[in-house]
Amino acid sequence: MAHIIGGVATSHVPAIGKAIADKKQNEPYWKPFFGGFDFVHQWLQREKPDIAVFFYNDHGLNFFLDKMPTFAVGAANEYHNDDEGWGLPVSRSFAGDAAFSWHLIEALVADEFDVTMCQEMLVDHAVAVPMQLMWPNAKEWPVKIIPVSINTVQHPLPSAARCFKFGRSIGRAIESYAGNQKVMVVGTGGLSHQLDGERAGFINKEFDLLCMDKIVSDPEALTGYSSEKLVELAGTQGVELLNWIAMRGALTGRVTEAFRNYHIPISNTAAATMVFDHQPQPQRKAA
Amino acid sequence: MEHHDIPGTTIFDGDQARKGLALNRMCFSFNSAENREAFKRDEDGYCARYGLTKEQREAVRERNVLKLIAAGGNVYYLAKLAGIFGLNVQDIGAQQTGMSVEEFKQKLAAAGR
Repeated sequence: MAHIIGGVATSHVPAIGKAIADKKQNEPYWKPFFGGFDFVHQWLQREKPDIAVFFYNDHGLNFFLDKMPTFAVGAANEYHNDDEGWGLPVSRSFAGDAAFSWHLIEALVADEFDVTMCQEMLVDHAVAVPMQLMWPNAKEWPVKIIPVSINTVQHPLPSAARCFKFGRSIGRAIESYAGNQKVMVVGTGGLSHQLDGERAGFINKEFDLLCMDKIVSDPEALTGYSSEKLVELAGTQGVELLNWIAMRGALTGRVTEAFRNYHIPISNTAAATMVFDHQPQPQRKAA
Repeated sequence: MEHHDIPGTTIFDGDQARKGLALNRMCFSFNSAENREAFKRDEDGYCARYGLTKEQREAVRERNVLKLIAAGGNVYYLAKLAGIFGLNVQDIGAQQTGMSVEEFKQKLAAAGR
């Protein structure tokens, strides 16, 4: 059976993609963030995943507000990035695994998560930037990706509890796939930030640190927050924390923190990176 | 819909989405370089073609982010418009908070201490 080796969570701010394009990784402003990826590179080198399941939110590249799915799963063998309008170079494309995607979709719908199925799906900086961060020098991407888009834009958003259960369902589906793939899960976005309104520039270090602790040891503690409470505590765009919570849900076994990095600010954001090790447990507790 | 009031914060809910559909659709069109150029050639004509209200067209003309949000703009889409004007998220943060860009950057850095 396929098995989950662990997870990576990271901010996906577009400015990071710009800094990569402009080769600014070692400049004083950027080094505290990019330096956090040395460990991630070693971890990926050691673990060698075959597939990366991405929990992220689309920012108006693939989905417009005319039709906004709460949960959408890519089911293609190839995914393209494209012009998002704010000057980021277009990333090269990513390989997918349609058979694996359809297995996840079958399992999710059987589990009453009635997802939107996307045989064509553009992936934006929320996938492309973390890929570039994780494999900065790769001539070819070493993993196939499964993009899983969560609506963190148009309220009402799915609740934190729902996102956690959604992740749980994906985790169980991954582990029931008849193959021997090594799968990593990735949660992108966050942590606290707010781009809009008179409260623009809001950052909440105390809450971010709490989230980074709880997401390892007691993720259910994060599922009690309403979307509005998350906006209040993490900022209007800090609700991207939902992607982290879903990712953590997919880690159904024993989870230990392998690494964390936290730095304020990158652009308008409290930037964070975490790596989670995962040991499957023969007797998992029920979701 | 009624929300718990968070100062200086607009929840992008159904009411906002309905109000802002035309404005956000115009901003969505700016994913295309050709459309960005067309907008630059004739801003108000482009706004009219997308059916923006008078209030939205004024807010675009004034590059006023708070007014654009009040008119239903979603910041992920407004960022595409701001990009055309050469404004990044620190610039629009400074504008919305009434600070200089330098002051706004200092505010962000201070949050880390």
